[in-house]
Amino acid sequence: MLTRRVIACLDVRDGRVVKGVQFVDLVDAGDPAELARRHAEAGADEIVLLDITATHEGRGTLVDAVRRAAEQIFVPFTVGGGIRTLEDAAAVFAAGADKVSLNSAALAEPELIGRIGAEYGAQAVVVAIDARRGATGADPVLGARVYTHGGRRDAGRTVMEWAREAEERGAGEILLTSMDADGTRAGFDCELTAAVSGAASIPVIASGGAGSVEHFAEVFTAGRADAALAASIFHFGVASARELKAQLAGRGVAVRYPC
Amino acid sequence: MRVTVVDYKAGNLASVEKALRALGAEVSVTERAEDIDQAQRIVLPGVGHFRATARLDASGMKLALMRAMARGVPLLGICVGMQWLYEGSTEAPDVAGVGWFRGRVTRFPAGGEKVPHVGWNELEIASATPLMRGVGSGEHAYFTHGWRAPVSEDAAAVTEYMGAFASASQRGRVCGVQFHPEKSGATGLRILRNFLEMDGC
Repeated sequence: MLTRRVIACLDVRDGRVVKGVQFVDLVDAGDPAELARRHAEAGADEIVLLDITATHEGRGTLVDAVRRAAEQIFVPFTVGGGIRTLEDAAAVFAAGADKVSLNSAALAEPELIGRIGAEYGAQAVVVAIDARRGATGADPVLGARVYTHGGRRDAGRTVMEWAREAEERGAGEILLTSMDADGTRAGFDCELTAAVSGAASIPVIASGGAGSVEHFAEVFTAGRADAALAASIFHFGVASARELKAQLAGRGVAVRYPC
Repeated sequence: MRVTVVDYKAGNLASVEKALRALGAEVSVTERAEDIDQAQRIVLPGVGHFRATARLDASGMKLALMRAMARGVPLLGICVGMQWLYEGSTEAPDVAGVGWFRGRVTRFPAGGEKVPHVGWNELEIASATPLMRGVGSGEHAYFTHGWRAPVSEDAAAVTEYMGAFASASQRGRVCGVQFHPEKSGATGLRILRNFLEMDGC
């Protein structure tokens, strides 16, 4: 059976992991390459490295960190943050990334999705959507809007519409972050995730709000998520992706376990 | 152990190269038929569209690969590289495969699960092969593909996604895997090591 993926996300600023899946013995967040390796070994199904400095301050992605991380991890490896051109993507792929995640650059220039896909395959292009539920309107889920710049700027379109367009333009996956849920540890936005996943034929990765093992079980069932992104799972009582997946398996969720 | 990785501009080779190097292989990448004629062990990667394999024809590499297969050079096709070892694919009906494995590659049916098939799925060992030695049924591998090969007598492993398909095949020293062994954790590395240790010609 196709399993639900648990993805470890490392947020990197100035070459250091500033927020990630912090294990008990990894309190010092530290080096992205070392952490990526540890997470893969600890059972993560996939690693995402997001350069959170990139969009804000115009930095390039951390090609060196990507290269060092890619030497040691043999699960899918996605890199995002500041990829604006085919050349940016090419540098990251050459360093060993399997996929790039595009966010504001894809909104500004939707052709970029197809351009990278034509060169590297659709499976290599993840479109990241930062979403907030609609403040007004009849249906806050279907009316959820796309945001950029860390949730500060309304991109002027709905999540449903942009997800559909991203798929039509050749995105391989959608990484859907609920800006409402992000950081709350109160659970993923399962309704929004289910709406996008139900409308898409490409996988949808849920992100934002994880606070317990139960939240993962919910987003994989009610939320219809194909994958869920974990940050700081250390905070809710499991020591690793492996332990998280063991508990999910115990609840009947199909996961890669043992791993 | 020397391995020749064939570059026909079908996606990114970096991950395959890194995994092979991590296993101690000496990797060279080529897009020339002459190098394939000298190769001791060949990996044919590939992601994306079956049509990309037309470049193998145009460059003369297809004939060189067929010569290598006939000589008994161990060859591993990955993803589209595996599909090319079949007779062809409905993804690009006018581009022929080499037909080492019997059958045609077809798209997953619409209206069921999501297509493409993306993520970790289970391998069920179909026959004892050098390629899958030490890999047990129920181990997972990472897939990302919309087309798949039929289960035939050459299947080394099968996987279920809206029916069974061949996730690994081997006949003689020619092997194919639909999943990405370079991205499939310890299971994938085991399969790549098996390939590297397979008897040469």
